[in-house]
Amino acid sequence: MRYAFAEFKEGMLIAFAAIRANKMRSVLTTLGIVIGIVSVTLMGTAIEGLNRAFNESIEAIGADVLYIQKWPWGGGQEWWKIRNRRDLKIQHARALERQASTARSVSPIVGTGRTSTYGRKIVQNTVVIGSNADFVETTTATVAIGRFFTSMEADGGRPVCALGSEVAANLFPAESPLGKTIKVGGYPYRVVGVLEKQGSLLGMESLDNRVYVPINRFFKEFMTRRGGIQIWVRASSVEEIEETKEEVRGIMRKIRGLAPKDEDDFAINQQEILIQTFNQIGVVIAAVGLFITGLSLFVGGIGIMNIMFVSVTERTKEIGIRKAIGAPRRSILMQFLMESAALCLMGGMIGIMIAFPLSLIIDTILPTAMPISVVAVALLVSVFVGVVSGFLPAYRASRLDPVDALRYE
Amino acid sequence: MSTIIKLTNITKLYQMGEEQVHALQGVSLEIARNEYVAIMGPSGSGKSTMMNIVGCLDTPTAGLYELNGNNVSDMNDNQLARIRNKEIGFVFQTFNLLARSNVLHNVELPLIYGGIHATERKRLAMEAIDRVGLTDRVHHKPNELSGGQRQRVAIARALVTRPSILLADEPTGNLDTKTGEEIMQLFDALHREGNTIILVTHEEDIAAHAHRAIRLRDGRVERDETVKNRRTYAARITA
Repeated sequence: MRYAFAEFKEGMLIAFAAIRANKMRSVLTTLGIVIGIVSVTLMGTAIEGLNRAFNESIEAIGADVLYIQKWPWGGGQEWWKIRNRRDLKIQHARALERQASTARSVSPIVGTGRTSTYGRKIVQNTVVIGSNADFVETTTATVAIGRFFTSMEADGGRPVCALGSEVAANLFPAESPLGKTIKVGGYPYRVVGVLEKQGSLLGMESLDNRVYVPINRFFKEFMTRRGGIQIWVRASSVEEIEETKEEVRGIMRKIRGLAPKDEDDFAINQQEILIQTFNQIGVVIAAVGLFITGLSLFVGGIGIMNIMFVSVTERTKEIGIRKAIGAPRRSILMQFLMESAALCLMGGMIGIMIAFPLSLIIDTILPTAMPISVVAVALLVSVFVGVVSGFLPAYRASRLDPVDALRYE
Repeated sequence: MSTIIKLTNITKLYQMGEEQVHALQGVSLEIARNEYVAIMGPSGSGKSTMMNIVGCLDTPTAGLYELNGNNVSDMNDNQLARIRNKEIGFVFQTFNLLARSNVLHNVELPLIYGGIHATERKRLAMEAIDRVGLTDRVHHKPNELSGGQRQRVAIARALVTRPSILLADEPTGNLDTKTGEEIMQLFDALHREGNTIILVTHEEDIAAHAHRAIRLRDGRVERDETVKNRRTYAARITA
């Protein structure tokens, strides 16, 4: 143990002395590793950012919510079959509400784009969502001020609405929207509440640019053609979602009159499908990205191997001296492995110092900071590259014949 | 006197392209503890091969070599490295110091490979440096020292592990006569202190310091004789 430490220390001293003695060469050699580490860490950071962005926005979907829709997420089936499916109707939602005993809440959802106005303030392309009073229970939305509309208002189709935070901020920059009457698609609605900010779905569609109205009112004023709705069902917990899914499926099949041999003519979507799909894509992106950037690290490693061969040849005499006074093969091997590992570690550290500010630039596009794990992995990888690319030269050095090595000039 | 080196019928063959060269052809000899031996011979006599084998840098093709009771003729690389570290102190013609390390570190080096603890290592190294009279040069690098001083560092490095034999290969070859004589005086003193010294040389002047001369020719021992007209430092300055 003590011997190993002394030997390790000796190896470190030699490594740094050797690097110092050939400053220019060392810097140029590590350049390959620097570039490799910069590209790999940036790629890692970008992938991490992509994952984080996805996870942040997927939270809005909710892990315990089932989305009964005509179209399945993730695809896979033949689109013309799906296209010809019967639309989902409000009756289906009512039936589920009555019959699904394991569900926490059921909300029919229908949406369209309309312009909202209040006085001279105009917000174009707000998404008008028609739903029931259970909407806040079914989704992860929470009420910031005021309240959501009640089931009385919903069933009676009253002209009341709740606003997404963005719409509220745009229509009412300086006053409280509560009790004010806005126009949605030309029809008057009284504002009863404003929802908490929710962010955006997959960085694309804002969840806050919305106006929520009772679905019965929606049908009267915005349903221009006969179209389908979606039904969102929230299970009592994430653990029981599969149970709820089976129950919902059974009820849906029954009320849509499907024979046992018929396939489902509706899709029950859930967060998990998106996660699976994303993970599949994510793994491919990560593998391809890291492979391509890894190539530059590989090239850097070859540079290190090359210079280590030069270093071994230059120091043949030194190796001979060390062997003559009793250095075993292992010590010589260690010495050169440590030199190349130190070179690469240096490259790795320089690389991280360059990559870190660059990752802050990525941060403006994707929500990411260079994770400490990427830093740690980058340093480990650079040491690993050093050991791997230094191995052949170091092995050759350790096998030198002391007589020949001493004679070398 | 106890035997420290016992060579029995040592043969060394080199393959030089098509040709086989018999560098040593059945050399047998014994060297006892505290002997002062010169191995002599013209170039091509097998002198270098002899020194490599005795110094455990190389193994014989055939024959038996016992060093301090250990059969070293069949040892592998790592075992030989260990024997070199413990039993043999080398002094080379070209000093062979590590250019980037200071005197202390050069002298400590064999102890590092010998696994000696840092404080003990430093103590032993300082002792050896003191023995060759370079205590005031401990932190100098080899290129800041004269040739004679460098050879003294090399001798300190050879002494530091308290080896069974000191093996010097033309130790004065790169030194002027006066400095060379000083180095030989140091060897003489080390011999008086009980060390076993083997000099490999082709210079009669140097060999005259030894008590026994083994003359090689064509890979065989030509003559093995006691040195009669020993030249001590005192004799030389009165000459």
